[in-house]
Amino acid sequence: MAYIIEGNTGAWEVVVGLEVHAQVISRSKLFSGAATDFGAEPNTQVSFIDAAFPGMLPVINRVCVAQAVRTGLGLNARINVVSHFDRKNYFYPDLPSGYQISQYQHPIVGEGRIEIELADGSTRSIGVTRLHLEQDAGKSLHDQHPTKSYIDLNRAGVALMEIVSEPDIRSPEEAGAYLTKVRSILRYLGTCDGNMDEGSMRADVNVSVRKHGEPFRTRCEVKNVNSIRFVMQAVEVEAKRQVEVWESGGTVDQETRLFDSARGVTRSMRSKEDAHDYRYFPDPDLLPLVLDEAWVEALRQDLPELPDPKKARFVGEYGLTVYDAGVLVAEQATANFFEEVAKGRDVKTAANWVTGDLFAALNRMGRTIEQSPVSAANLGKLLDLMADNTINGRIAKDVFTAMVETGDDPAAIVEARGLRQVTDTGAIDAAVDAVLAANPDKVADYRAGKDKLFGFFVGQVMKAMAGKGNPALVNEVLKRKLS
Amino acid sequence: MTMFDLTLAAARDELRARRLSARELTQSYLDAIAALNPRLNAYITVTPERALAQADAADAALARGQAGPLTGIPLAIKDLFCTAGVRTTAGSRILEQFVPPYESTVSANLLRDGAVFLGKANLDEFAMGSSNMTSAYGAVENPWKRRQDTSAVLVPGGSSGGSASAVAARLALGATATDTGGSIRQPASFCGIPGIKPTYGRCSRWGIVAFASSLDQAGPLARTVEDCAILLGSMAGHDPKDSTSADRPVPDFAAACKRGVKGLRIGVPREYTMDGMPEEISVLWQQGLAWMRDAGAEIVDVSLPHTKYGLATYYIVAPAEASSNLARYDGVRFGLRENGEDLRDLYERTRAAGFGPEVRRRILIGTYVLSAGYYDAYYVRAQKVRALILRDFTEVFSKVDALLTPTAPSAAFAQGENMDDPIKMYLNDIFTVPASMAGVPGMSVPAGLDANGLPLGLQVLGKPFDEETVFAVSAAIERAAGFSALPSIRAGA
Repeated sequence: MAYIIEGNTGAWEVVVGLEVHAQVISRSKLFSGAATDFGAEPNTQVSFIDAAFPGMLPVINRVCVAQAVRTGLGLNARINVVSHFDRKNYFYPDLPSGYQISQYQHPIVGEGRIEIELADGSTRSIGVTRLHLEQDAGKSLHDQHPTKSYIDLNRAGVALMEIVSEPDIRSPEEAGAYLTKVRSILRYLGTCDGNMDEGSMRADVNVSVRKHGEPFRTRCEVKNVNSIRFVMQAVEVEAKRQVEVWESGGTVDQETRLFDSARGVTRSMRSKEDAHDYRYFPDPDLLPLVLDEAWVEALRQDLPELPDPKKARFVGEYGLTVYDAGVLVAEQATANFFEEVAKGRDVKTAANWVTGDLFAALNRMGRTIEQSPVSAANLGKLLDLMADNTINGRIAKDVFTAMVETGDDPAAIVEARGLRQVTDTGAIDAAVDAVLAANPDKVADYRAGKDKLFGFFVGQVMKAMAGKGNPALVNEVLKRKLS
Repeated sequence: MTMFDLTLAAARDELRARRLSARELTQSYLDAIAALNPRLNAYITVTPERALAQADAADAALARGQAGPLTGIPLAIKDLFCTAGVRTTAGSRILEQFVPPYESTVSANLLRDGAVFLGKANLDEFAMGSSNMTSAYGAVENPWKRRQDTSAVLVPGGSSGGSASAVAARLALGATATDTGGSIRQPASFCGIPGIKPTYGRCSRWGIVAFASSLDQAGPLARTVEDCAILLGSMAGHDPKDSTSADRPVPDFAAACKRGVKGLRIGVPREYTMDGMPEEISVLWQQGLAWMRDAGAEIVDVSLPHTKYGLATYYIVAPAEASSNLARYDGVRFGLRENGEDLRDLYERTRAAGFGPEVRRRILIGTYVLSAGYYDAYYVRAQKVRALILRDFTEVFSKVDALLTPTAPSAAFAQGENMDDPIKMYLNDIFTVPASMAGVPGMSVPAGLDANGLPLGLQVLGKPFDEETVFAVSAAIERAAGFSALPSIRAGA
């Protein structure tokens, strides 16, 4: 279903392009040996290069280049064997050299494509224009002193990848799906942790609106949006704002805006007239970056299986639904967890436990799958205990709850708590006899045709056996004795 | 004959033979500096205690028989090279209090080889100038005097004016310098000493305060061509900390000085002349060619057709890079800070107080040529012309081994002359700038005196990374010229 804003003058289409800034995972910065750990004491990870001391020179970090190339390969994009670094000049205290080293005209990665999945099951292909490497700036701290600002340069010089999409996105949902997919790919590749709370991934959202069939109208750029939900909201409110401007006879001015997440509005930050003249020019301290094609090929061979192929494999190999496969591959750790549980076991049961009970438990605890108290091996053992009739499905839920609490091996829990399923027909016979003897009226009703009471008897027997009766045997004995 | 008459090579022999101690030598130079520097102002900072400590260490090494190539040799370091623990000003007020916590690669190489640093040599502010008049620490005097007009105070050239004046007046046995558009070669010519700008990439730029990164290159000034070769041998070498540093071995430059020019083809570029250039410079040029012919070289007329665009192109590229390189002097992290009402005010006050007029002019020019709407017309076009200038040299060097030209279109001028018009001042670099734009090596050798008794230099240009031929030709000129004149102001006189 196309996303349409119904205005007074008719239907409006939304046009969105995203610029994703993704912090590269690397131990040291793009052009210096300083560390990149998040959360360190202010100004403890700053080299003289990062602080732009006189005479300091940048040297490109090979790891960051490899990460950018791997990301480009993961985005199905063209790798540019020759790329250049440029200086983007502007004054700000968190930019020590007065210029940001970036790639303006010749980025390291060219055009690519990303498949996105929408809630209705449809997919769309969104174009990637380019990916380039650049330095992050430091951080200004305005809340440390009544009249002065403080500067933390720990982040200054950290490598960023800017991934620019084509204006192919047509709805808030697509914007969210695109960002989700980019994030998933980056995390699979291990090139960015995708942590939007810590700012290691943020997006600039370019929004315009138009009537069907029109060329593009003027766009506004909403800067530095730091969650997927906010990106979707920003698209929605900014598009509505623009429709209102156009319909009230005004014109949308090209400008930079900020998303105010508390109020759910965008606000003007600076107009086109106030836009910086960045005076880009090639950085004379750096030679053109020339990649060895064999090295690129080796990086390609070394890529992990990415979400799309993995999803296709889960559907083809395991017979999972497209939906379940999509849920399982969104995070590589989840996919790995699932595959470990599923190995040699019933795949559908494994998928149900991972996406059902396990996800619910993790959600409740606010944990990621990496932090799961239940290991894949233990969840697998739990499935085995059901498969070999050591426990029944109902007891399995209790054992799982205990596993979540303790992290223990399910077999140990079953033994310690005496939860082993009772298959001794003598014990079942006795329990059934007791239940039937205690409920003569219901037995009479059943025999008079109230079949539905069968479930009642099963429940009573299981209750008498503390849930441990083998359900099939209980059924069988009950049927025999009631007939 | 005094200690000051020793060349670097000769002093090295004396030190190794233990006929002279490093302490004695260093103390003599420090005394000479104390006597003459108040007048010449060749040094911004003198470091006697450090120098003597280094001299003592040198004597200890000499006593152990562990002398390096420069053990005990007292040098002046242009105050553009960062020196650990020693104030480095770049000739600017904005770095008046700046003490780097690191040593530039070039000066570290010299220390590794045993050199003694006497102090930091004066220079044009951020190396922008051709007269050393733009230094925030005062002008430098050229130790040479006009015969007829001894009262005139002459400039030493620039930007390495302090280094050149110190070497010429024998306030150091050699000096480091840097050349962006002629800043080694023109002062060498003005002060009657040799100096070489090696190929771009031969010396590391790490730790040198940047002026124009694609042009800046370190090199030595010294008493003789051989002394320059010895110094460059220590200064040069690949440095992984400078991405533009060349990863190639450093040849034996000193040995190349002895090669001679027999069989070499030496080109004479017809474009290296200028309206109003003194006749004696043309005569000296012809004389230089005659010496080369006599020494067995073949002289070939060549053309570098884009020479005439060199200066204009340089004054777009260099200020463009400088405007960006100097953005870091903002009063926030180091150097001068003038507090203001707000951030913008802090920037404006700091930079207004910290930068002199020539630096401001170049920042403005550079900012302008990189601005939206002008970038293509100026910066992009200048880069295209720069490529053509390089192509000129590439083509010419397929036919000849070296080029011989005048170094500068005049002898040293007096303080106050050429000061009214920046363009007039910029013309000083007309013969040196093309080699800078092309990145090829160039050396100035003193070859004669003008009618006023002032030194004139000839410039030898060579193929990229063929400094050896440049040294061979320069040494041959030095031998043929037998240049023995000395400035009137000098130590040991």
